[in-house]
Formats: sequence, C-alpha cells, structure tokens
Amino acid sequence: MGLTNTSTGAGVLSHCGLHIEKETEQDKIVALAGNPNVGKSTVFNGLTGLNQHTGNWPGKTVVNAQGTYRHQDTNFIMVDIPGTYSLMANSTEEEIARDFICFGEADAVVVVADATCLERNLNLVLQTMEITDRVVLCVNLMDEAAKKKIRIDLPRLASLLGIPVVGASARAGKGLDRLMDTVGGLTGSAATLNPLRVEYGEEIEAAIALVESEITDVLQGRINTRWAALKLLDGDDSLLGSLEHYLGFDPTQNTEISQVIAQARYLLEEAGIPADQFRDQVVTRIVKTCEVISRDVVTFEKKEYVARDHRIDQILTSRLTGIPIMIALLFLIFWITITGANVPSSLLAAGLFSLEEPISQFFLWLSAPDWLRAIVVDGVFRTLAWVISVMLPPMAIFFPLFTLLEDLGYLPRVAFNLDNFFRKAHAHGKQALTMCMGFGCNACGVIGCRIIDSPRERLIAILTNNFVPCNGRFPTLIAIITMFFAGTVGGAFQSVVSTLMLTGTIVLGVAMTLFISSLLSKTILKGMPSSFHLELPPYRRPQVGKVIVRSILDRTIFVLGRAVMVAAPAGIVIWILANIHVGDFSILAHCAGFLDPFAKLLGLDGYILMAFILGFPANETVVPIIIMSYMATGKLTDLESMSELHMLFVNHGWTWLTAVCTMLFSLMHWPCGTTCLTIRNETQSLKWTLVSFAIPTITGMAICILVANTVRMLGLV
Amino acid sequence: MTDNQIALNQLPIGKKANVSALTSDGDTRRRMLDLGVINGTEIEALYKSPSGNPVAYFIRGAVIALRSDVSEQIIVSAP
Repeated sequence: MGLTNTSTGAGVLSHCGLHIEKETEQDKIVALAGNPNVGKSTVFNGLTGLNQHTGNWPGKTVVNAQGTYRHQDTNFIMVDIPGTYSLMANSTEEEIARDFICFGEADAVVVVADATCLERNLNLVLQTMEITDRVVLCVNLMDEAAKKKIRIDLPRLASLLGIPVVGASARAGKGLDRLMDTVGGLTGSAATLNPLRVEYGEEIEAAIALVESEITDVLQGRINTRWAALKLLDGDDSLLGSLEHYLGFDPTQNTEISQVIAQARYLLEEAGIPADQFRDQVVTRIVKTCEVISRDVVTFEKKEYVARDHRIDQILTSRLTGIPIMIALLFLIFWITITGANVPSSLLAAGLFSLEEPISQFFLWLSAPDWLRAIVVDGVFRTLAWVISVMLPPMAIFFPLFTLLEDLGYLPRVAFNLDNFFRKAHAHGKQALTMCMGFGCNACGVIGCRIIDSPRERLIAILTNNFVPCNGRFPTLIAIITMFFAGTVGGAFQSVVSTLMLTGTIVLGVAMTLFISSLLSKTILKGMPSSFHLELPPYRRPQVGKVIVRSILDRTIFVLGRAVMVAAPAGIVIWILANIHVGDFSILAHCAGFLDPFAKLLGLDGYILMAFILGFPANETVVPIIIMSYMATGKLTDLESMSELHMLFVNHGWTWLTAVCTMLFSLMHWPCGTTCLTIRNETQSLKWTLVSFAIPTITGMAICILVANTVRMLGLV
Repeated sequence: MTDNQIALNQLPIGKKANVSALTSDGDTRRRMLDLGVINGTEIEALYKSPSGNPVAYFIRGAVIALRSDVSEQIIVSAP
C-alpha cells in the first residue's frame, strides 16, 4: 500500500503518504478541490471516465479517489480531495484537503466552484491560492446559473484572481476540454503566476512580514512562507503537526522562530488584535475580498432568480404540508414500484420456470446422474429464478425513482423536515440523510454516516441505519403484503392497500430509528446534539436518462449480482439439506424443527427463521429460501402466481399473524453481511459491530414476541 | 435607522438583517465564518421547518438551515 512514515522517514513523504502510481516521470498530478455540492465528482467522472480507483486516505476513514486521463500526450493523474468549505482544518476532511494541497506535490490544483453561489465558493479559492500559485478555477454549473439569469464575467474574474478560470457545465460535458487545455498549459510551463493575495490590514501584514523573514531560510521554498507565517501566528496546531510530519520541521523547537512569533503576537495585541480575534480578522478579510470580487464579476439579471426555489421549499417544508407531502411522495414511489413490478414479476416467473423442463431434458440427454440434475435444476436454478422474478422488478423500479428524488435535491428537505425529531432524540440532523441512503442500501447508508462530524452522533446513525429497510428487503415486504393483505381486497384498491401497508412499515422503521437513537443518547452514547448547519442546495432538473442507466447499471445489477452469488450456493445448501435424510426426516426438517419452538414464540416458524439466517449474506434471498424450503417438503411444484404462492404458505401454517411477524422481523433483524463488514470498517471496532448486530435483532425479537403473543392471547388468530 | 439588536432566531420570517456579532465559539463559530457569516453579512429568514426549528436562512447566495441553538448565537441588527 501507500508509503508510510516508517518506511520512508519524515521529509521524503511525497503525496501525503498517498500511493500515486506514475507511469512515466512526465505524468502530472492534479488535485481536485471544491465545496460540497458543486458537481466536483461530475467533473472528476467527466475527465477520468472509467479510469478510476478508490481507497481511503492513509489512516483516515475518508474516501480517496484517483483517476487518470490523457491529454496532449501527457498522463494526468487526478486526485479527488474531500469537498470542504474551507481549509482551516476544522474537520478531518479539511485537514486532508489542506495537507494534500500543501504537501501533496501536485502539479496543479483545480478548484471547482458553483456558478450559482460563486461568492461563498471564492472563500475556498482564495484559501487555496494562499497555499499554492498553481490553481485553476473551474466555475461549474454555468448552465444552472444561466437559467437563473446569473451572469459571470469569467475573463474579469481571471484577471482579478490572477489565475486561469474556466467555465463549465460538467453534467452536459461542456467546458471539460477547455479545463484540460488550461491544466495542461499550467502544468506544462514553468511560468510563475502572480495570484491575488488577500490583504489582511496593516497590523497583521506587519506581523506576517516579521515571521516570514524568520522562516524563509528554514522552509527553503518547500511551502508558501507567507501562508505558513499566517498559520504560525494563528497558532494552528493541526498545521504544526503536519509541518513536522511532512517536512520534519517543528517551529516550536526553534527558539528564534518561537521568539519572533511571540514578538509578532505581542505587537498584534498592542495594535488591538488579541490572539482570540486573530482568526476572525483573517476570515473576515477573506470573506470581504470574496464579496468585493463577487460584486465585480457577478450580475443578477433577475433579482428574484431564487424566488421559485424558495416558493417550492415553502410548500415542501411548511408546517401544514411538509410532512404530509413527504409521506405522499414515499407513497407514490411505493405505489409505482408495487403496481409496476406486478406484471414483469409474473412474466419473469413464467419465462424462467418454462426453462426448467428444457434444462432437465438437457441433463437427461447428457445422461447425467439424477442427483446432479436435481441439485442444478431444483436447487440452484429454481432459487435463482425466484430471486430474479421476485426481486428484480421492484428493485429496477425503486432504485431509479429514488435516485431521481435524490438528484432533484429533495433529500436535504427531508432532513430539514425531520430535524426536530432528530434533535429531540439528541441525534445529528444529517442522520435523516444517512437514513434515506439506507433505503437504497444499508451499507451505503453506513458509509454515508461519514458526513456526520461528531463521533457520538455518527455512531448513533451507524447503529440505527438498519431500521430502514434497504432495497433488498423491500421485495420481501412487498411479496408478503401482496400475498396476505392486498389479496383480500379486490380490484383497483389492491395496490393502494399494499402501498399503504408498505408506507406504514417504513414509517414504523423511521419511528424505531428515532426511538433507538434517543435511547442510545440517554444510555451508552450519552451526550447533547452537536451544532450543525444543513445546506438546502438549489433544485436541479434530474437527468432522467442518466439516472435510469446509472441506477440500473450501478445499483440494481450490483445488488442483483450479489443476490445471485448468494442464492446459487444457498440453493445447493437447501437442496442438500432437504434431500439428505437423517432418521425419518431431512436435515432441513431437523434444523427447522430445532428452531421451531423459538421461532413460534416470535410468531414465525423454523423455516422462516432459518431463511433469515441463511439470508445473512444477502437479504434478497429470504423469501426465495422460504419458498424453496416449503417446496422441498411439500408436494407443490408448479408455482407461477402469487395466489399459488399464497396457498403454499397457508398450507405450511401461515396466518396473517405469521405475515405480520415476518414483516416486522424483516424490518428489524441483524444487518446483512455486507453491512456488518462495512460497520466493522467504519467503526474500526468489533464491539460496535456486535452492538449494531444486537440492537435491531433484540428489538425485532422483542416486538415479534410481544405482537405474536398479544394476538394469540386475545384469540385473534 | 434604529439599532434593534436581536438574536437571529428572533428574526421574523421574510425579514432581512445584518450580523452585528457572533457570540458562539469553537467549532460553531468557525463553521459560521466558513459560511461567510461575519459582521455586516446580510441574512434573510426564509422559512421554518414543520416544527418551527430549524429555520432556513438565505446567507450569501445559499440556503442554510440552522437549529435555534446556533442561530441564537448570531446577533443581528434588524433594520
């Protein structure tokens, strides 16, 4: 892996310990920086395409992506640095970004900025320019700005900043060629640029000059001395650590430098700038400079350009309509998923099961032994056919719909609407966002928890992510609802009833998330919520075509692939368990029999509980495994419709209570294998992984026992 | 113009005011500075969330939602 401090010693640590593989010495390294939500990753993907690989920053749980592109016979290695508002090292991300810009020995830094919000973005640009001269500003989202009647005078901006500026609309692929040309030009020439320097006022400038003169010799031009002087005056501990780590330079060990810093600070204090106001003064100057530049280059041709977004927000987040609209949207997505999945599901089932006969014939023709035919056809093929026909259609519909909502910018509004509940649970407001990510995939939700800075609240978000059902569990819920509840209602209301039940299940999941978060905050993870701010980015028209392709290719195929990988061996296991007899019963019957008493207590049966256990690697396989187990013990073989499936389940003793308890247990049981591994990686702790396993399992079991036995006691089944 | 000093969370929806002091410290203060909240910055209260907390503000071209524990530490002078 990457170079480590011990293997190379301090001082020769290039690229911040990041392993960057150059094909030739002439390859250029380009760092890609920017605020969050400015389309930085679109620029990154647009330039590097599929030539990417991701890992973590050395020693940090922050994703690092690198990619390469070739332009004018030179290889460019692009390093995506974390999206930040500032480089003041307020968070791990900012520290990484600053360190890479400062010590990463990049040949150029591209800062991506949002044209619709240029002023705020300039803050990062100016801070980057303080560290390095070799900066290219890419003003992205020019198309969005044009729609909002915002005009930006790019040549003027370039001359004010003293760095190359390129306008782009990365989503439409516009401006990326120019960006590559500009980066190529900058890295190919040794010409010195003269970027704008933020003026900090007479007193601070004098102090900087004093310190700078003392450190110039020591630093030998390895980093910008003016900036280093500013940070030393600020007493930025994080930078002191990095200076020692990367350059082997510890200014506090150098008496002359320490004395000069102390003297400069004394002079500042005399001039009315005490240490605790120093950073405020510095930031104020930067922000003011941004304001001045922005006034000069940005023209709002229509002052009310943001009014439309604000009006939409007022409806989507108001006291009366905010939460109802949110639930209605959820309902709509589920309704489309359920009604849309019905037909393709039965078509797929019919199609796949009609292949069973020819495949069996093929084995016969091969004169293969019958046990082999049985394992492949009755075991592997049938399980796969179930997984694909039951799971694929809802996934292929739900994923793109959810991604569209995400692309539109609605999720931050969900967080805004729900924040009060999370605040009362002493949890972080961004947990609403990570919870939403969990709908797609809990492992993604857990990784998403990185957006939460506070370790306590991040852990709460990780531990409770599993309470929202992921895409792999939706089809299980949908299948059971369709079989047991919607069937009793005829006609057009069928899908409405199904959708209502599914929406109710999700609301229960959200309620449990809040309840458990609150419980954790009061017990093992005591503490108050940390302060945070949530940006509500402008709505963006989603790119429908791209979203569909991306969500089907990236997500659906991936998840389905994983399910198939698990389902095939699971099919073999079930077939073997069902066909090898010990005494009078098959092993499957023995296992189920063993689990049965406890499972009955939960309102389930032994086969269902075993399906959940065997489904640990992928939740998608739970219902297919139940079906396979029942079929292995029963006589029915021809199952092509939900009503026949329903019969199969009823014949094995299912009542509406079994259905309810299976749904509850599906909503609340251990996280899948992938999620557990992800939690292990994210928390770096076996203990918290076990806790994250135990919490939903115990909660689910307790609720199932309560529901099952209350219903039985009341004699309702 | 009367100098009417109030905490930002007291600013009525739809009104604009200029920041006159930041009373927070540590992380919260730095975060606010990153967003460009300094003396003189104009902030408009845009809309409340369904429960009234947090509130969305318009700050330097961006819509930022703040919980009241943060916004009460931003003093503004309402015109």
